[in-house]
Amino acid sequence: MTLAAATHGFLSPTGVEIAFLLVGLVTFGAALVTVTTRQLVHAALWLVVTLGGLAVEYLLLTAEFIAWVQVLIYVGSVVVLLLFGLMLTRAPIGRSPDADSGNRWAALAVALASAAALVWVVVDAFRTTWIDLDGAAAGSTAVTGASLFQNWVLPFEALSVLLLAALVGAIVLSRKAKAKANAATAAETAAEAAVKDTKDAKAGKEGAL
Amino acid sequence: MNDALDVALRLLIVFVVFLTFPLIVGQAEHKVMAHMQGRLGPMYAGGFHGWAQLVADGVKFAQKEDIVPAGADRRIFQLAPAVALLPYLLVLLAIPIGPGEGAVGEVVDAGIFFVLAVMGVGVLGSLMAGWASANKFSLLGGLRTAAQLLAYELPMLLTAASVAMAAGTVSLPGILDAFEWWWLPWQIVGAVVFFVAGLAELQRPPFDMPVADSEIIFGAYTEYTGLRFALFLLAEYAGIVVLCGLTTVLFLGGWHGPWATDGLGWVWTLLKTAVLAFVVIWLRVTYPRLREDQLQKLSWTLLVPLSLAQIALTGIVKVVIQ
Repeated sequence: MTLAAATHGFLSPTGVEIAFLLVGLVTFGAALVTVTTRQLVHAALWLVVTLGGLAVEYLLLTAEFIAWVQVLIYVGSVVVLLLFGLMLTRAPIGRSPDADSGNRWAALAVALASAAALVWVVVDAFRTTWIDLDGAAAGSTAVTGASLFQNWVLPFEALSVLLLAALVGAIVLSRKAKAKANAATAAETAAEAAVKDTKDAKAGKEGAL
Repeated sequence: MNDALDVALRLLIVFVVFLTFPLIVGQAEHKVMAHMQGRLGPMYAGGFHGWAQLVADGVKFAQKEDIVPAGADRRIFQLAPAVALLPYLLVLLAIPIGPGEGAVGEVVDAGIFFVLAVMGVGVLGSLMAGWASANKFSLLGGLRTAAQLLAYELPMLLTAASVAMAAGTVSLPGILDAFEWWWLPWQIVGAVVFFVAGLAELQRPPFDMPVADSEIIFGAYTEYTGLRFALFLLAEYAGIVVLCGLTTVLFLGGWHGPWATDGLGWVWTLLKTAVLAFVVIWLRVTYPRLREDQLQKLSWTLLVPLSLAQIALTGIVKVVIQ
């Protein structure tokens, strides 16, 4: 432990470490702007910068596979979905006065608490672990795949079951809403038909008279 | 010093390809479309069969006034064309053109993921343009772009995963090294699904509902003029080059060919890419535009099940031959 700490001092950082820190600062700044900006779509676009910055951090740690998956899933799909939702509902150009929530202090407290917990856990677990950046890539696809399907199969499978459950749940919910809407329109048409019938009957009566 | 020179040379070659190939595809589209429709197409610019038509178009675009609508979100409006165009340049870096380390801009370990991830980012440019124009046609175009991307990203990724399973690697040169001729019939369904989904992601006809010019006036690009509009067009044609190159590398064996693969492998790659680009143009002239609900239905009820079936087939064959 002391040996590891002795060979890697904090006072003589390498170029990669400096780059890591700088990108980290940019990512952090973009994240702050994401939650503080008053323009909804700008928030989504700053989120792209944040998630992209995280991908660059993964790259700097030689975890190439994770980095590209991060871009593919988060920038390519999640943010597109977010933008789609914003454009479908409301996405005014300029400031949205109601973009601030009254819960922002509670949200800040929760965010700080979870950040503290994460930092504590990560620092506690990996305090003396150093990645050898000059040797063979420790995060290449082959290495990641082997460790995922040898050591971490159970969490992987548990997560896939969780996602499947969410998928089934989403389908059930959307079908229920559709069935209700169908029932409602059926009732409406029935009511309309009834109204029309009475009108026809009235017209018939009037005609007869 | 030699390393730096090598890298600079590669970047330069990729950049030149990026600037010329889309123009060649564009000119081919002019002429092929014209002949398919019983016309001649451009004949005057440059003298010989109008070869300089796109150069003249470029000069025209550069001369136009650069207009940003008053109600638009200025910065995002101006940034959008760059976001749409640059990802294709990055993707070109990773596509191997011949055998060996020397014939690719940059060997990327997780090549398939890199390529698909970066191509997905390009669509963000259309979304930004659609929103920032402050125009309802543009917004509709942006919405349709997003819906289309979400629908077609999945089959594209699944079929690419099928090839990765077959090869046992996700690196593009690695896939080509593992390629055998009988992969062609084995992965043919995946190839068709990948190509169709790619066309939809590029918003090429018959999947051009997001830019439908006769209906929503070129969608997200309604408000663009001059160079920025030209950049969007260039992005579309660069997208064709990238998609055809990727389909060639993933499904058609890239530099593999019946003969003369030593030293002339790159000719095979270019030939296959050119044939695919011709098919893209051919499809544009042949098929009418799909309606928005037909677009979504095609992806979710046909392409996704087909790609899942392809993955199952790949898995079964892979286990059997081991």
